Amino acid sequence: MNPLVLWFHKLGSPPYFYRFAGRWIPWLYTVALVAAAFGFYGALFTAPADYQQGDSFRIMYVHVPCAWMGLFAYLFMAANGFIALVWRIKLSETLAMASAPVGAAFTFITLVTGSLWGKPTWGTWWTWDARLTSELVLLFLYFGVIGLYHAIEDRRQAARAAAFLALVGVVNLPIVHYSVIWWNTLHQGQTVSLIGPSKIAPSMLWPLLTLAFATHIFFFASLFARARVALLELESGKEWVRALLPVTETSHD
Amino acid sequence: MHESADEPRALLQAQSLCFARNDEAIFGPLDFSLHAGETVLIEGDNGSGKTTLLKVLSGLLDPTSGDVLLHGAPLTLAKLSHQVALLGHLPGLKLELSALENLRFATGMGGIRPGITPHLALASVGLEGYEDAPLRTLSAGQRKRVALARLLLVPAALWLLDEPYANLDRSGIDLVNRLLDHHARRGGAALITSHGAYAFTSGTPRRIALRATA
Amino acid sequence: MKPGSTSAACLALLRRDLTLVWRRRGDALNPLLFAIIVVALFPFALGPETTVLARVAAGTIFVAVLLAMLLSLDALFRSDLEDGSLEQLVVSPHPLALLLGCKIFIHWLTTALPLIIIAPLLAQLLQLPPQVLPVLLTALALATPLLSLIGAVCVALTVGMRRSGMLLTLLVLPLIVPALIFGAGACNAAQDGFAHAAPLLWLAAWLVLSIIVAPLAAAAALKISLS
Repeated sequence: MNPLVLWFHKLGSPPYFYRFAGRWIPWLYTVALVAAAFGFYGALFTAPADYQQGDSFRIMYVHVPCAWMGLFAYLFMAANGFIALVWRIKLSETLAMASAPVGAAFTFITLVTGSLWGKPTWGTWWTWDARLTSELVLLFLYFGVIGLYHAIEDRRQAARAAAFLALVGVVNLPIVHYSVIWWNTLHQGQTVSLIGPSKIAPSMLWPLLTLAFATHIFFFASLFARARVALLELESGKEWVRALLPVTETSHD
Repeated sequence: MHESADEPRALLQAQSLCFARNDEAIFGPLDFSLHAGETVLIEGDNGSGKTTLLKVLSGLLDPTSGDVLLHGAPLTLAKLSHQVALLGHLPGLKLELSALENLRFATGMGGIRPGITPHLALASVGLEGYEDAPLRTLSAGQRKRVALARLLLVPAALWLLDEPYANLDRSGIDLVNRLLDHHARRGGAALITSHGAYAFTSGTPRRIALRATA
Repeated sequence: MKPGSTSAACLALLRRDLTLVWRRRGDALNPLLFAIIVVALFPFALGPETTVLARVAAGTIFVAVLLAMLLSLDALFRSDLEDGSLEQLVVSPHPLALLLGCKIFIHWLTTALPLIIIAPLLAQLLQLPPQVLPVLLTALALATPLLSLIGAVCVALTVGMRRSGMLLTLLVLPLIVPALIFGAGACNAAQDGFAHAAPLLWLAAWLVLSIIVAPLAAAAALKISLS
C-alpha cells in the first residue's frame, strides 16, 4: 500500500491518533501563539490607520480570521461527518463532534467583534448586514448540531445523527447565504463593503494572513485536545486506555 | 457462493453474525440456518440480545460483522421481496382503527396470501365479531391476536416473532402453537424468542441459546 | 391494483393516516387555533392603525403559519414510533423514502392546507392589501411543503427523544430561514409594487430539490435514529 494511505489508515485507529495528537499539541499551540503574537504586532503597530475608519478597523484582525474559521470548522465538521457516516470511522465521528464547539466559539467571537465594529462604523451594535446575518444562522446551525449530539444517550449514535444534521446544514448553507444577501439588498440596498481584497494595502494584509494562519493552527491544536479526551471517554473500556492509567495498588486487572 | 445444488438452500442463514453496540458485543458470532418447515426457538435471559438478533435478521439493524442470507442472497436485496414478517414487542397496530382496518392496511403494505381474507384471519384467531371494534376497546391479549392475524394474511415465508406468547392466556398460547405448526407444514419457517420454552408445546423445537455477555 | 405492490402500499398508508387524522380531528385543529391566536395578538402589540398592520401583515402571517406547522411537526412520527408501526414501515419491502414521502404529504395536507385556507382570514385581520393576497397564498403554498419536508428530516433525527420540542425548533428554524425570506420577501415586494416572481421561482426551485432529496434524507436519518 502507498505509505501515505497506510499512514491515514494508522491515523484512524484511536490509540495511534491519541499518541500522535499528544505529540503534536504542544507544538501546535506554540506555533499558534508565536504566529498570533507576530500577527497582532503587525495589526496593532505596523499597519496604518484606515483613512475612513481610523483605528477601529483594527478589530478586523480578530473578526475576519474568526469568521473564516467559523466556516472552515463547519466544513471540516461536515467532511468528517460524511466520512463517519459512509465509512463508519470512529475517529471521524470524534473529530466532527470535537470541532463543533470550537467552530461555534469562533462564530460567536465573529458576531461579538462584528457588533463591536458596527458601533463606531454604522453607529449601532447590530445591523442586519448580510454577512452578520449569515453568521448568526451559522451559529444556530452549530447549536443545533451540539444540541442534538448531547440529547442522544448513545455516544456513537449521537455522533452519527449530529454529523447527518451537519451535512444537511452544509447543503442548506449556500441557500441561506444567498437568500440573506438577496433579502438584505431588497431591504436596504447594497451595504458598505467593508473589505475588498483588492483594496487592502499589503502592510494591512500580512498581519491578517498571519493571524488567519494562527487561528487555523490553534483550531487544530484545540481540536486535537478535545478529540483526545473524547476518545478516552469513548474507549474507556479498552486495553490501550487502561494501559495509560498509572498503576496503583488498588488496581485489580 | 459455493453451495452444492442438491443440498436444499436454507430459507435463512446467518454466517458468523455479530452485533456490537459501542464496541460491546451484544451477541455473536452466530452461525445457523433455518430451512422451510422449521420452527426455531431463540432462548436467552433478559439482555442476552434476543430482540436485537431479530432486528438484525429483519434488516432493522445492520450487523457489525457477518452476513444474513435469505434464500442465499444478502438480506439487503432480499428485503425487497415479501418474505419476512416481523412481530416485535410493539404490535404495530393503531388503536384508533378497528381490527379490520388495521389488517387491511397490513395487506396493502405487505400483500395478501391467496385464499384468505381479513375476515377469515380474524375468525381463525378467535376474534369473530370484533371486526369493527376499535382496537382501543380490545384487551392486550386480543390486540396480540390481531397482530397474529396479520401474520396469517401476509405472504411471508419467514416469521420473526419476538415473545409471541407474552400477554396471552392458555388458549392464546395454544393458538400461537397451532399457527406455528400450520405455518411450518405449508413450508414456512419461524424464528421465535422466548425467555422460557415452557410455552412451546408442539414437539421439541431446535434451540439457539444466547448468553448475556457481561 | 395488486395488494402489496408499492403503489398499493402508498395508497394504504395514505388512507390509514388520513383516517387517523379524521379520528383525532380535534388535534388537527390546534395549529389553526394557534395561528389565529398569534396573528390576533399582533394588533394588541402594535396598535390598531391600518398602515402599521398592513406593513407587517405578510411577514406576521408567514411566521405564524411556520410556527403553527412546527408545533405539529413533533408528532409526525411519534405515535408510529410508540406503537411499533414505524418499525413495520422500515422492514416493509417498499422504499422507505417513498413511504416517508407519503407521511410528509399527509402532514402537509392536514396541517398546512387548512392554514393556507384560513390565510385570507388572517390577512383580513391584519389589513393586508387585497392585491397582495394571491402572492401570499402562492408563497405559502410553496413554503409550507418545504417546512414539512425539511422538518421531517429533523424529526427523523430526534424521533427517539422524549422531549424533543425545543431541540426540534432549534434544528428546523435555521434551515427554514430562506423560505421565510423568499416567501415574505415576495409579499413585501408585491406590496411595494415591485416585481415578485423571482423569489417565488426560487422557492419553487428549492421545493423541487427538497421533494427529491428530503424523503431520502429523512429515511437515512430515521435509520440512524432507530439503530
